[in-house]
Amino acid sequence: MSDVENKVKEIVIEQLDLDVEVSELNNSSSFVDDLGADSLDTVELVMALEEEFECEIPEEDAEKITTVQQAIDYVTENA
Amino acid sequence: MSTKQQIALVTGASRGIGKAIANCLSKAGFLVAGTATSTGGAAAISEYLKDTGGLGLVLDVADQESIDACLKQLKETIGLPTVLVNNAGVTNDKLLMRMSVEDWDQVINTNLSSIYKMSKACIRGMMKAKTGRIINIGSVIGSMGNPGQSNYAAAKAGMIGFSKSLASEVGSRGITVNVVAPGYIQTDMTDELDEGQRKQLLEQVPLKRLGQPEDIAQTVLFLASAAGSYITGETIHVNGGMYMS
Repeated sequence: MSDVENKVKEIVIEQLDLDVEVSELNNSSSFVDDLGADSLDTVELVMALEEEFECEIPEEDAEKITTVQQAIDYVTENA
Repeated sequence: MSTKQQIALVTGASRGIGKAIANCLSKAGFLVAGTATSTGGAAAISEYLKDTGGLGLVLDVADQESIDACLKQLKETIGLPTVLVNNAGVTNDKLLMRMSVEDWDQVINTNLSSIYKMSKACIRGMMKAKTGRIINIGSVIGSMGNPGQSNYAAAKAGMIGFSKSLASEVGSRGITVNVVAPGYIQTDMTDELDEGQRKQLLEQVPLKRLGQPEDIAQTVLFLASAAGSYITGETIHVNGGMYMS
């Protein structure tokens, strides 16, 4: 697992208050449909990613980050 | 009070209602930061809050850069607030036909856009803390209207809609958002009225007296404390009965 993937998963687990290990978190999991996030959770998640990876994620991009893999891809490409 | 001291940020705290709120919260055990637009005002706030460890800061609530600088300073000194009291405001009264775009914009920016900016700046810390209180100081004029105050009334009425919306958004995080709407309160402004004006004013108030800044401060304290934790999206009128909603 890459550093970015590991870090993204740690943030997802922390922000969504999940009771799983990093190794158990599926890349294809959707924040809302699989991990129980509400709209505020997804906003907080994006803000936590921005903080950790020191980047700014515009609103139109943020809307497209709906799964763990999409978050990893976005951070890998933009941060 | 919980074991960890809560931090409260009160804007416009150099005099009048804001000063009473800062003092009241501070006496109740909150660690209070009060803001003023001038360095002299901020120093005066530091002076009256120093016994309780609070401090005064310079802030122009209409200016995003000033807000960012103020929050940064707060973070580096006492920490981020879980209680935000948006009290700072101005009036610029004119009949609509005489009101310039600048008169309108100034009041809307300072009294309404400021609460959007301040709330946004503070809400992240509250979300992380999973608790927070945003208390906006409105006015009876926001519900009643008043000739010469279309800008002020619009800003204060807008504050109510803003507070209801934000209360719905962040309720799940234990953050409440409310408005305290004063009527006629004894401040520098009402001290300037002559006896005739004063009498006329009191005719509209069933309790037959002007409110004191402490009347507002106690209501703010109630909302900020555990006692008020189940109230959100609400406007509490503190006006001696001059307007009953």
